Amino acid sequence: MSLRRLLAVSRKEVFQVLRDFRSLLIVLLMPLMLMTVLGYGINLDTRHIRVFAFDREGSPASQDLLKRFESSEYFDLVATVTDYRALAAALDDGRCQLAIVIPHDFSARLHDGRPVNVQALVDGSDANTAELAIGYAQGVLGAYGATVQADYLRKSNAPTVNPVLSVEVRTWFNEDLESKNFIVPGVAAIVMAVIGVLLTSLTIAREWERGTMEQLISTPVTALEIVIGKLLPYFALGMLDTAVCAAIAVWWFEVPFRGSLATLAVGSGIYLTAILGLGFWISVVTKNQLAASQIGLVATFLPSFLLSGFTFPIEQMPLGVQPFTYVIAARYYIVILKSVFLRGSGLGALAGPLIALVAYALIMVFLAKRSFHKSLA
Amino acid sequence: MTRSNGNSVEVENLVKRFGDFTAVDRISFQTRTGEVFGFLGPNGSGKSTTIRILCGLLRPTSGRAIVAGYDVVQSPELIRRNIGYMSQKFSLYADLTVFENLRFYAGMYGVPAAELRGRIDWALEMAGLRGRESNLTGTLAGGWKQRLALGCAVLHRPPIVFLDEPTSGVDPLSRRLFWELIQRMSGDGVTIFVTTHYMDEAEYCNRLALMNGGKLIALGTPTELKLGSIQGWLLLLECDRLGEAIERLRRFDGVRDVAVFGNALHLVVSDAAAAPAIRAALEADAISVTSLQPIRPSLEDAFVALTTGRGANCPSELPS
Repeated sequence: MSLRRLLAVSRKEVFQVLRDFRSLLIVLLMPLMLMTVLGYGINLDTRHIRVFAFDREGSPASQDLLKRFESSEYFDLVATVTDYRALAAALDDGRCQLAIVIPHDFSARLHDGRPVNVQALVDGSDANTAELAIGYAQGVLGAYGATVQADYLRKSNAPTVNPVLSVEVRTWFNEDLESKNFIVPGVAAIVMAVIGVLLTSLTIAREWERGTMEQLISTPVTALEIVIGKLLPYFALGMLDTAVCAAIAVWWFEVPFRGSLATLAVGSGIYLTAILGLGFWISVVTKNQLAASQIGLVATFLPSFLLSGFTFPIEQMPLGVQPFTYVIAARYYIVILKSVFLRGSGLGALAGPLIALVAYALIMVFLAKRSFHKSLA
Repeated sequence: MTRSNGNSVEVENLVKRFGDFTAVDRISFQTRTGEVFGFLGPNGSGKSTTIRILCGLLRPTSGRAIVAGYDVVQSPELIRRNIGYMSQKFSLYADLTVFENLRFYAGMYGVPAAELRGRIDWALEMAGLRGRESNLTGTLAGGWKQRLALGCAVLHRPPIVFLDEPTSGVDPLSRRLFWELIQRMSGDGVTIFVTTHYMDEAEYCNRLALMNGGKLIALGTPTELKLGSIQGWLLLLECDRLGEAIERLRRFDGVRDVAVFGNALHLVVSDAAAAPAIRAALEADAISVTSLQPIRPSLEDAFVALTTGRGANCPSELPS
């Protein structure tokens, strides 16, 4: 392998990239765009569920209960109505997701120590939100019930009973359990997969399409020199994009960054090499720019989204699907990103996914090199 | 490995098949040092396929080819160091400047750093591109592009240069300039292997190989081909009512072939002495003859004769 030829290939590629202003713009703006769209678009936190209430009693006790809904960050008490029809209409047209009906004998029954039923109507068209709404509503009602019981016991001069067992929960790494803290790093992994593959998927195909490859392969340059020489400039561009993604995550989405930049750079560099190698391989095999970019997109976007553990935890996937997740480079990188951002892990703790990515990158470069024949037809 | 001659191309029973199609059908030939070796033939006759095999870009199906002393199958990489290749389609980077293309190919061919500047200057001079170093290659006119491509292909002073239809789509003046460059390189001892379908260009070659349907149908100097391909005499006939004249002449004993050339006819006859009889026969049919005279066959005549098999110097196929 001749370093001179390799660098000559790199330099040529740099000139071409710099001269292709529009592509350069896409490369620089795409992480910005995708990060914002996906970062905001994917929010698994269900907060501010819109609630309508029909208070049939209107007593201080029922008002007290509604106040608890109002003060919960999970619920927004939008309106109080005076009949069922208004409630049904609000559910129908989506003005509320949860409707609470307080019975007319609410305080009387509470006073007498009889069981009380509060009705909750839930919009089940979004099952996930509905389930969460039910859960949160039960929480609010349970807490209210406990207070009422305690009051009742106190008034009847019974000895105060403390709960025997209680759980003191402390969440580590993502203290507020905010979904953006693990979603944004995941988005960065997907964005880099898409951009990385797009960067290289065109480079070889373009040379075949324009006929420049025929001239190039008639020279003594070797396949490996072409592959690595072409990878270098795109690697630099990709690392720039990584930095942009990381900056957006930290300064815009305010994801805590607890690890070291060096760990992030090493992990990202290896991941990027794997992704660029994949794009390269696709380019070598298809020899066609359109096909290469289409396949590149299909091979990265959805798999990184669905099979990397980003959307669904891998352990919860059907057993038949799980093996496929091992060929998704994002699977390993998402682990690295979450750990570096939230846990502050160092290289040692990340050895597993790092080694997997190194192997991935080597296999991709090897496949690209092997498929790239220095001959026509 | 037989390293016979660094400048030569030796081909023996070379065959290339693509599926059922035989693109190159058992061809054999040898070039000589410093000659301009022309490969002449219609489109699809196997010229480009042969040249690509010789440059190590395609593997032959069978047969042997030795280029610059190396076998094309065993050591294509060694061949690539010793040849320059210019493909049929313009294949430099249109989005690089003239200088960047030259510098890139100098890098690919491993031109030593000490010689780099000098070789690039030489190529710029040769291509007439001095002062246009920083122009984007895509904006150059055809003649310049093609001379730049030649410059890029010979930056490393290869002993053998392969040019695949180098002048297609280039204006006549540029074509002549280009051939002057080729003659000069050949004068310096470089073996030039060139394909073309322009007859006038074929005249510039020291030796010609005629390809048709994947077969090598004739090999020799332009003069040898012209003389050898036509058995008998070639007559130029100018007359009116060409169609009827052709009909009449086809039936005339002693006329072996009739072909339209522009407004006139070329006749191949066994004996030039038949001319007066031909004239008489035509005039008897009220066809007025303006002129009928023996001419020197052109390469085009030779080419037509050889590719159609009529009047070709293969006696077995001809009435004697």
